Amino acid sequence: MVTASKGATGALQIKAISGHAGPVPGRDAQRPVGGGVCKLVDVTTCIGCKACEVACVEWNGYPFQETTFDNSYQTMPDTRWNYYNLIRFNEHQFQDGSFGWLMRKDQCMHCADPGCLRACPADGAIVQYTNGIVDFQQENCIGCEYCVTGCPFNIPKFNSETKKVFKCTLCSDRVSVGLEPACIKACPTGCLHFGTKDDMKTLAENRAQQLRENSTHKNAGVYDPPGVSGTQVIYVLHDITNPEAYGGLPSNPRVPLMVRLWKGPLKWLGSFAMFGGMLGVALHYLRYGPKEVDKEEEKRP
Amino acid sequence: MTGEPATTDRRVVRYTFPERVMHWVSGFTYLYLLISGLAFYAPQLYWLASILGGGPTARFWHPWIGLVFTIAMIWMHRSWRADMRITDVDRAWAREVDKYIKNQDEGVPPADRFNAGQKYFYWVMAIGAIFLLLSGLIMWFPEFVPWGLRGFRYAAVIVHEVAALITIGAFIIHVYMGLFMVPGGFRAIVHGYVSPRWARMHHRLWFNRVTARE
Repeated sequence: MVTASKGATGALQIKAISGHAGPVPGRDAQRPVGGGVCKLVDVTTCIGCKACEVACVEWNGYPFQETTFDNSYQTMPDTRWNYYNLIRFNEHQFQDGSFGWLMRKDQCMHCADPGCLRACPADGAIVQYTNGIVDFQQENCIGCEYCVTGCPFNIPKFNSETKKVFKCTLCSDRVSVGLEPACIKACPTGCLHFGTKDDMKTLAENRAQQLRENSTHKNAGVYDPPGVSGTQVIYVLHDITNPEAYGGLPSNPRVPLMVRLWKGPLKWLGSFAMFGGMLGVALHYLRYGPKEVDKEEEKRP
Repeated sequence: MTGEPATTDRRVVRYTFPERVMHWVSGFTYLYLLISGLAFYAPQLYWLASILGGGPTARFWHPWIGLVFTIAMIWMHRSWRADMRITDVDRAWAREVDKYIKNQDEGVPPADRFNAGQKYFYWVMAIGAIFLLLSGLIMWFPEFVPWGLRGFRYAAVIVHEVAALITIGAFIIHVYMGLFMVPGGFRAIVHGYVSPRWARMHHRLWFNRVTARE
C-alpha cells in the first residue's frame, strides 16, 4: 500500500502500528505533514445526492448494492464492509420551528487517537500514517474484531466470509499519489473539501461563523472531537450542541474506558502477575523442593 | 470407581480412564486457549500465534476450542461435583496451608480424595470457565451486540481478560504441583494409579475409605 510520496498531502509514512512490540520502523525518517490531511464535510450544503457513495464503491471496486427502503432516502441502515460511505438522513425540527433534512456523510473519522488501532492485537493490521490516515491492512488482519469494540463511531465492519474487517481508507491509495479521495472528487455542491488539517479547520470555522451571523443556525460549529484528539474528517454542523441528531454522531467520543484499561494497566498488571507466579513457583521449588513420600511417611506414627 | 479393584498390594486406582480422558481434554484445550489467548493479549507475545499456524488460524480455532473446553468442564463437573464439595475437613486443611506449602506435612490435617487446594483450584477453573464462556461469546460476535448495548462489548473484553488471568495464576500453580512439587501426581493422572504410601500420605481419608471398602 505504501507508494512513492507526492507533495505535502501525499507521503504515507507510518506513525503507529497495531499489535507491534517496539518502535515503528522508519519513524522520524520523514518530516511529518503539519496536522495531516483532512476531509471537511459541510453538512449544511449537502443535498443528499449520494454521488460520494457511488464514487466510493466505484473506486474501491465493490458492487452496487440493493437499497433498503426504510421510509427514508437513506440507502441502507448502516455502512457495510464493502460500503464505507453512507449519507445518513434524519428529519429534524430546528429551534425556529422549521423542518429540515439533516444529511450527514458517515464514514471513518480517522481519529488522531484511533480506538481500533489501540484495540488491535495483530502486528501491522492497522497503521496510522503521519498524514493522519488510519488504514486497515487486511493481509495482517486476523478477524478478531477487537477494532469493532475499540471504535467509538461504530465504523469497522466484518466480512464473515473472508474473516477480515474493512472500513474507509480515506483513499490512501489516491492520497499517496497526490489525488483527493474519490468522494471529494464526486461531490457536486462543494460540500466536501480536502486539504491539510490546518486549512480545512480555517475553512470550517469561517463557514460556521458565516452561518451563525447570516442564518438562523446560531449554534453552527465545527465537529472535531477532542476526546479522540481530533479527527481527520471534520464536520460543519447547523447545531454543534446536538451532534446526536445527525444519525447518532457521538457528542463526546472517546476510546472506551474499558478498552483503554484493557490495553493499558491490565496488560502490565497481568504480565507482572504471570511472571511473578512463575518466579514464585520456581523459588518455592528451590527453597522447599518436592514432597517426598517415603521421607514423610517415616515421620508418621 | 466401580469395575476396577480399588487397591492391590502395590497400587491404588486414583483416576479412572474416563476421568483421565476428561482431565486431558480440558488440559490440552486449556493449553491451546492459553497460547492463542496470550498471542492476542500482548504484542510482545504475538509470535506465539505462529506456532499455532498464524494469527488468523489461531483466531479461527480459539472460540471453537473454547467450546470443547466448556464441554470438558461440564463433563468434569458432572463426575467430580460431589468430590469437590468444600467441607469442614477442607476448612481445617486450609488453615494449615502454610505448613503444606513448607512441606511440614505432619502438621497438615488429613485430606479426602481431593485436598482443599485442589478443590479451590477446581472451583476457580469452573467459575472462570463460565465467565470466559459468556464474555467469549460476545467477543466472538461483537457485531451482533446492538450499538445501544455496546457496554456489553466493553464489559466482555475486561471480564475475559481478568478471568483468563485468574485461571492462569491457578494453572501455573497446578502445573507446578503436578509436575514438580508432588512426585507421583503426574503419573496418577496419566496412568491412573498411585502407591498405597502415596495415597496414605496425601489423601489419608480417601485412602482409608477405599481400602475399608474391600
